[in-house]
Amino acid sequence: MDDIPPYPPIDPTTFDLIVIGTGLPESIIAAAASTASKSVLHLDPNPFYGSHFSSLPLADLPSFLSSHSTSPSPPRSPSSDDPNEFSLLEFATRPLYSSIDISTFSPNLLDQHSRKFNLDVAGPRVLFCADKSIELLLRTGTNQYMEFKSVDATFVGDNKGNLWSVPDSRAAIFKDKSLGLVEKNKLMRFFKLVQGHLAGEQDVKISEEDLQSPFVDFLNKMGLPPKIKSFILYAIAMADYDQEDTGVCRDLLKTKDGIDQLALYNASIGRFQNASGAFLYPIYGQGELSQAFCRRAAVKGCLYVLRMPVTALLVDKDTGCYKGVRLASGQDIFSQKLILDPTFKVTLPLGSSPPLPLKEKLPFFSLKDDKGKIARGICITKTSLKPDISNFLVVYPPRSLFPEQVTSIRLLQIASNLAVCLPGMFVLYISALCNDDDQGKKLIHAVMNTLLTVPLDSESNAAVQSETAEIGSAVQDETSESSSGGPSDSGEEKPTLLWSALYSQELTLGQVDFICSTPMPDGKLNYNDLIDTTFKIFQEIYPEEEFFPETSLENPEVDGDASPET
Amino acid sequence: MHGRPRKAPKPEDEAASSAKAQKLRALQTQFFTFHHNKIYTKEAVELSAKLLEINPESYTAWNYRKLAVEHYLNLPDCNPDSIKSVLDDELRVVENALRQNFKSYGAWHHRKWVLSKGHSSIDNELRLLDKFQKADSRNFHAWNYRRYVAESMKRSEQDELKYAEDMIYTNFSNYSAWHNRSVLLSALFEKKAGGFLLKEKVLPEEYEFIHQAIFTDPDDQSGWFYHLWLLDQTVTTDSPLLASSWPGHGSDVLLVGDRCYNGSAFSPFSALHSDSGSFPIVLYFNQPVGGVNSSTVTVECGFNKNEDLFWKPLSASNSQTARVWVAHLKVPSSDLHSTVEVSVGHSKGIISTRGFVYSHPSMFSFKVHVQPMERDSSQVSVAENISLREENFKVYGTQSEESIIDSFDQLIIKNGHETTASNWRFEALAKEIECFRELLSLVDCKIGKLTLARLLKAYDAMSYPFANKLVHSEEVLELYSDLMKLDPTHYQFYKDEHSIVLLQKYKDSASSAICDPICLRLNNLSLSRMGAFEKLLWVQMLDLSHNELQSIEGLEAMQLLSCLSLRNNKLRSLTTLEPLRKLKSLRILDISYNQIGDQSIDTTRYVCSSPLSHSVGSELNRDETVTSDVALINNWEAFFIFKDFNLNQLDIVGNTIADEKFKSVLVKIMPKLKQLDGKLLD
Repeated sequence: MDDIPPYPPIDPTTFDLIVIGTGLPESIIAAAASTASKSVLHLDPNPFYGSHFSSLPLADLPSFLSSHSTSPSPPRSPSSDDPNEFSLLEFATRPLYSSIDISTFSPNLLDQHSRKFNLDVAGPRVLFCADKSIELLLRTGTNQYMEFKSVDATFVGDNKGNLWSVPDSRAAIFKDKSLGLVEKNKLMRFFKLVQGHLAGEQDVKISEEDLQSPFVDFLNKMGLPPKIKSFILYAIAMADYDQEDTGVCRDLLKTKDGIDQLALYNASIGRFQNASGAFLYPIYGQGELSQAFCRRAAVKGCLYVLRMPVTALLVDKDTGCYKGVRLASGQDIFSQKLILDPTFKVTLPLGSSPPLPLKEKLPFFSLKDDKGKIARGICITKTSLKPDISNFLVVYPPRSLFPEQVTSIRLLQIASNLAVCLPGMFVLYISALCNDDDQGKKLIHAVMNTLLTVPLDSESNAAVQSETAEIGSAVQDETSESSSGGPSDSGEEKPTLLWSALYSQELTLGQVDFICSTPMPDGKLNYNDLIDTTFKIFQEIYPEEEFFPETSLENPEVDGDASPET
Repeated sequence: MHGRPRKAPKPEDEAASSAKAQKLRALQTQFFTFHHNKIYTKEAVELSAKLLEINPESYTAWNYRKLAVEHYLNLPDCNPDSIKSVLDDELRVVENALRQNFKSYGAWHHRKWVLSKGHSSIDNELRLLDKFQKADSRNFHAWNYRRYVAESMKRSEQDELKYAEDMIYTNFSNYSAWHNRSVLLSALFEKKAGGFLLKEKVLPEEYEFIHQAIFTDPDDQSGWFYHLWLLDQTVTTDSPLLASSWPGHGSDVLLVGDRCYNGSAFSPFSALHSDSGSFPIVLYFNQPVGGVNSSTVTVECGFNKNEDLFWKPLSASNSQTARVWVAHLKVPSSDLHSTVEVSVGHSKGIISTRGFVYSHPSMFSFKVHVQPMERDSSQVSVAENISLREENFKVYGTQSEESIIDSFDQLIIKNGHETTASNWRFEALAKEIECFRELLSLVDCKIGKLTLARLLKAYDAMSYPFANKLVHSEEVLELYSDLMKLDPTHYQFYKDEHSIVLLQKYKDSASSAICDPICLRLNNLSLSRMGAFEKLLWVQMLDLSHNELQSIEGLEAMQLLSCLSLRNNKLRSLTTLEPLRKLKSLRILDISYNQIGDQSIDTTRYVCSSPLSHSVGSELNRDETVTSDVALINNWEAFFIFKDFNLNQLDIVGNTIADEKFKSVLVKIMPKLKQLDGKLLD
């Protein structure tokens, strides 16, 4: 730690906006504000870009996770020369990760090549070819800093280890081997109905009443068999919760939203000629996205300082209004606006009551976390889960692995051709929404147990084994009758686990006030909701400014670059 | 490339295109100068390349380049290297032209021509094709060229099949890919290559494959086209079969003398009057064949030498292949009771138009009884004796028609060995019927209904010899009636199909419409088309009045017809009567109350018979006497139709064309005519 260079002084000391943390929402806001000719200072206490959205080397991931799992006291502010003008409100960090569980089964292999890995902290995540993130990248020209590859396919998994390809397009329905002829006909007619509805064809309009009803009811009304319903709900519309159990479903999808999801999916397929599937993944990992927006901001004059912790908030003594921040270097920097990443919370000095105006504002400082948690898992293997295909998504719909599974579990396999791991290796990202850490672990382990062989020579392995055995036996009980005939999962060799990281992440929403906080990575597969929130935050702080006006396009020919490299 | 709406040109586009045109005109003028003066200098050849790269449609420029290449190749100092460089240049020009328009016939053709010179490597061609087929996967030019390249490279059909399959998986809405699949499979069937030995193994898999496309998107037509091909492969036997004949196996033929018609006295037999001292033998095959002659078909009888028989094809297009063949057997004028044996295909030579050899030799025999002329009866006026009046049908209605029909069935069963040996065809059809019933229960789909109707018809036709009943005819009729309502654009097509099924059903049920083994009444059935001729070869008197016939194609098979009523139909032109020219026995014809002459331009000529058959025209020049008659020249169509007729009696009243002037022309053309529109002629 001694070789950390002394904190450099920052000049100038007054900005329009200070952004702390280089996660994707912060980076987009920094870029948008810079584009609107604001002077922006963008700080990050970490030595890398991306914060909770970053892609990290193998060795750095555990330390990043654990540094955010407890609440270490942030560096104390060096005594200030002039404390009279401002009140100092100390920052505290919030624990955002818990139940971190790192298992290494091949230490020699991985340790030497830690830097060859770019592991997403917020995986699994993809970009839909027609979603808001792509639109934003194209509109801002940020795509010129990135390269993408297509995620080749989507599968639905079952508890026997089978992966069924999702018939998500006309060609895929035609090719599908698991659907019957009648099912193919029904599914294609449903797709046509949706397309007709979206195209505004009068005779195929879906009624307003249907649009407001639950999507699952509409699918039932269309006479779609359970298998197809499951494909549509969880593998295309990407519903999180069991849509057929209103008792556990926290997020019942309306037909209107379901149709919008289908429209997005449909528009994504075939949008770029060299992308076969609906999704894209950035080469070098999802962290590239935050970094690209930072570069975009820097081009527009945003000032970047990494490895620069912030210790306290400077508040006007009289009015209670925000004035600036105190850096770990002791320097005070002033700005009109402040954006904080979700790590920070403000602690009030004991015994002192905050200035009146601040008191009113205070409720906004505490970030709500009523959305529960998300369990994430990262696994590294040497063989693909499916031969002949390397980058793909797998969805385990609710109840597909065990009866108590109430949320979808999503798995993304990314291969070394996306420069996220050593050649010949594969990174699996798994996630599921959950109420608590135990439930989350159970969900992630259920997938791992179904798909992977976990070696027995690790100290942390015992825990995994006992837990998976428990779930495994439950699964076996359920399926023993149906699977008696075929050696479904024992016939093929399952990939062996080399390394895994399991953790739970808090889901915090963004907060909007005179000081604003950005959200944590959510439980979605893409960035649509995060971009919406980011846009709202930007509007809140700069209601007069346009969010990346069209004229900001420097290079009108960027569309050509948008297509991913394959 | 497909399904993209055309955009109206913007002003700047129009300006660009007029600038292009100007440039092109200048180039073209200069090019023609070079071309006409046979100048093949480097500069001149380059100019043509420039022209072609802007406008690949310039055929003359491609031909010029061919001439230029020939010119260079014939130079004395020509060596392999220079040949190669000349031809490589050509390939480059073609490629550039194709980049401009990859649907240019001239460019693709030129490329083929260059490669046929045999100096260029063919390996690059597949790579080029992959590029073009990726840009537009349905481009049939590229697919055509691909077949040429694959053949030249001796690339295996299996490899090409795999390629077509990949293209289909990318987007199954691809006529060209499906078509290529059918071409490749046909080639493999023919080769009987390993694994493709049996249609019965491949076709069920193909059905399974195409179902995926049809069920996924019944609105997409490309799949249906392939299905139609499969159905054809299932139904059509490779080698042609004899479907029926006249006389039928085991039948008795009674020939009575000239103009003597005394049928009732010989009622157990099919009496036939013969004024030419001969009677026809008609062979009806299940598909057009060629090579029917006295060596492939042997007729054994005591009174005629086989070698003297001349077999003639009966087809509208004057080609040397036809489904129906006829030969006329001469009979002596004396009393005769003799057995005739006809053997078909015992020596090879009968070949279907698809190239399959007739491989099921069959034999049928019948008895001939000749009754010498009775002069007394011949005094009676023809007009009174033979007509389609109601009483005639009653008079001849003495014999049950069952025996006649049986004799035809016997023949069919004799030929049916292939049918019994190929249960898979039945199974395939039954499966398809079930499958499309299911589809129709899901969606209302016109082409699905049409396909089901076709399948049911094919199934019935295949099972007819065994079931002896058209089980599904009601369902088929209902489907076609439905389609007439659903799809008014193709009303006439459905109507025609409906008519044919209706006809088959009528004959099948042996209803009262058949009054006599020689007379058939099919009036008032709203038929728009005739069919099932193979079962009607025995008919001598046919009443088709009060129907909606627009065409009588196929009627030429009914060689025994002597009396035909087409009164009150929808025949619109004289050329629709062309099949009648082949009916040498026809004496009485009623075409009154049709629409002949309504159409000022006789388009049917180009629809019904091949526009390439010039035999009609050549006859004109030979007949000097006719060409000098102005009235005949003006009515040359009437001349060509009616001059071959041997009519005694004609009714033509109630047609636009039939004015007094026209009638006088008819009398001139047909000197033998005794009665016109009910009036006796001098």
